[in-house]
Amino acid sequence: MTTMPAATAPTSLRRLFDEIGTVDQVGIEERVAKFTTRSLKKKSKVFGLRLAVSMVDLTTLEGKDTPGKVASLCQKALRPHDIGDIPPTAAVCVYPAMVKHAKKHVVGTQVKIASVATAFPSGQAPLKTRLAEVHAAVNDGADEIDMVINRGAFLSGEFGRMQDEIAAVVEACGQSTLKVILEVSELETYDNIRAASFLAMRVIRPGDFIKTSTGKTSSNATLGNNQVMLEAIRDHFLATGIPIAMKPAGGIRTAKQALHFLIAVKETLGDDWLNNRRYRFGASALLNDLVRQLEKERTGAYQAPWNFSDATEGY
Amino acid sequence: MPKTFSKTNPARELVFGDLWEFDPAPETADPKLKKRYDLFINGSFVPPRAEQYFATINPAHETKIADIALADASDVDVACKAAQKAFTGVWGKMPGKERGKYLYRIARLLQDHAREFAIAETLDGGKPIKESRDFDIPMAAAHFFYHAGWADKLEHLAPGRQVAPHGVVGQVIPWNFPLLMLAWKIAPALAAGNCVVLKPAETTSITALKFGEICQEAGLPNGVVNIVSGATETGAAVIQHPLTMKVAFTGSTEVGKSIMRSLAGTDKKLTMELGGKAANIVFDDAPLDQAVEGIVNGIFFNQGHVCCAGSRLLVQESIADEVLAKLKRRIAVLRVGDPMDKNTDLGAINSREQLTKITELVKSGVMEGAEKYDTGCKLPAKGFFFRPTIFTNVSMSHRIAREEIFGPVLGILTFRTPEEAVEKANNTPYGLSAGVWTDKGSRILKMSTLLKAGVVWANTYNKFDPTSPFGGYKESGFGREGGKQGLLEYLKVA
Repeated sequence: MTTMPAATAPTSLRRLFDEIGTVDQVGIEERVAKFTTRSLKKKSKVFGLRLAVSMVDLTTLEGKDTPGKVASLCQKALRPHDIGDIPPTAAVCVYPAMVKHAKKHVVGTQVKIASVATAFPSGQAPLKTRLAEVHAAVNDGADEIDMVINRGAFLSGEFGRMQDEIAAVVEACGQSTLKVILEVSELETYDNIRAASFLAMRVIRPGDFIKTSTGKTSSNATLGNNQVMLEAIRDHFLATGIPIAMKPAGGIRTAKQALHFLIAVKETLGDDWLNNRRYRFGASALLNDLVRQLEKERTGAYQAPWNFSDATEGY
Repeated sequence: MPKTFSKTNPARELVFGDLWEFDPAPETADPKLKKRYDLFINGSFVPPRAEQYFATINPAHETKIADIALADASDVDVACKAAQKAFTGVWGKMPGKERGKYLYRIARLLQDHAREFAIAETLDGGKPIKESRDFDIPMAAAHFFYHAGWADKLEHLAPGRQVAPHGVVGQVIPWNFPLLMLAWKIAPALAAGNCVVLKPAETTSITALKFGEICQEAGLPNGVVNIVSGATETGAAVIQHPLTMKVAFTGSTEVGKSIMRSLAGTDKKLTMELGGKAANIVFDDAPLDQAVEGIVNGIFFNQGHVCCAGSRLLVQESIADEVLAKLKRRIAVLRVGDPMDKNTDLGAINSREQLTKITELVKSGVMEGAEKYDTGCKLPAKGFFFRPTIFTNVSMSHRIAREEIFGPVLGILTFRTPEEAVEKANNTPYGLSAGVWTDKGSRILKMSTLLKAGVVWANTYNKFDPTSPFGGYKESGFGREGGKQGLLEYLKVA
């Protein structure tokens, strides 16, 4: 007589997919390709460019960052161009050690200080250390904290641990907004990105963000992974009423790209997400291209790179 | 922001409003149209013998674009004789390698003139410029490229046997993809060594006649391609002409049947690509957002003027509400309007006649008790337009579930088990195409063998490729177009 094998429990990832559904790669990439065929003219173009400027988290995350560099970044965020009425960016994004230097330049303005923390970009430090870093940044005046998830925990199926750690960071944030970086290139598949988005959204607060990338790996924000996350936010919102915000980061360098991302937001989440409380761009070079395109719309001609402050391009 | 989030706004619907409206983005290049189009016979444009012309209009504005020659039986006779002469004199005996060069040249010229062809197609037919630019014209060129490659390799189509062209082929094409259907017909015919007499649809003759200009530019020998514009009688004359040894027809099942009756007793070779009422089947494990995208693409592509349109959505009962909600949200952002605007997703219905037919069938759906939903979007004051429309509570006996609507109208039915899905999908006189949406690979394979449809798409819809044969079961026709199978229809195998 043979014994019946014990029923094998589905893995937890499988159970999660049964609940939240999967993503078809070919299908979603076809969907996002349609965003790139939208054609923006005149007023609608200017509206999109200005909106994008107001959504930029102007970022510097380098070992060589200094108080001086951060000061000029803050000035650029407050006043992206010396002519015209271009709005300030949403925030400046710096390492924790730079928060106190940035704070004095933007205090009293609408520009926020965002700080990466939690042993950015790898997150490979003891939880205690990561939380201490968050506390330090918040105490120095960070309005927003950009954390990284524990990808190791996610990939080894320890979803509870991944969520507990996010919850601990939420607590450490206090009144500061949290942005949870999934580091999509390390999760690799759209299914994984959708799963990680849901796991994160279930433990963060209304108005907190999920974010694609650190910008420190080979591939960063794409229209495809942005779309997976927007659809996850939509499904989570419709199920719970909790609005989660979104931040693609890394790899968005041109105004044209930024407009494609915004069209994805317009057609997936609608008007309520077309503001910088619900959508941000983590970028640095993007800002000057947005300004350049706005100046082109205003004057009818492209201006030389040296007409824009902090431009890295030259001839 | 956590601190400012208001708990007093529990509304859980998304707002697709006018916060960021798109300005008009019209395509403005010159389509290089003539005021009057003559017949393309024996390499040149000639007026019809009876000197009769009819107007072709822009369905988006109801304004006249040009006068089109109306060919009668005597014009068709001249065209067929010119084709026969070209076949026996030049084309039939030209080595495949040489024929291939002409086909390559035509393909490249279509690419060179892609923009003007796209605009002409949209002006004359009403489809969005986005689709004529990104689908119709590139695909038409792709068919010529693909068949150019076959021209000198015909002996590999039927190894060990002899293949030979039929001679003159008569072809009649529909108005939904005017230039693309022309390419589907002419490219394999020429590659196989046949000469062609083709009649374009009455409402969309312009790109076919512009194609005559491409033939001239390519230096194609006179008489190899002849385009005779006109109405039903012109088509009948092409099909019944004693010189046309093979007849290829794409159009409605009704006309297809009458063609078959008229050809009974002749030894003409026939292929027919007729109507459809395809089922798009969504299982509960499908990636739903992509399935919704496929549903939208399946029924709203080209305003639903697609013979293989996924006009019946069969959705597993347990997820029906969710799919419907997602579908409504998706079609809320479809843009209906001026076909020449680059942001338009649904353009104009091809003709008043077709608009009347769609309207009538939609009325019958409401009368028979199905529940109608449309986006309520604003339509242009002039021209033939119809809102994207969804019917729920549809049963298999409703006319909207049985008859081909050929418009942007989707009927949603539910099923409980895979067997019921197959039964419902096959319960139709048609059998052109079907779609299956599931994460389970084995189910895809099983469904594809059980569905009586010429094309079964899995986790996608409305995908076409010159290498892939296309054609129907039952009243959707017989014979294949595209790929090796399609090319063989243009050859005698001995």
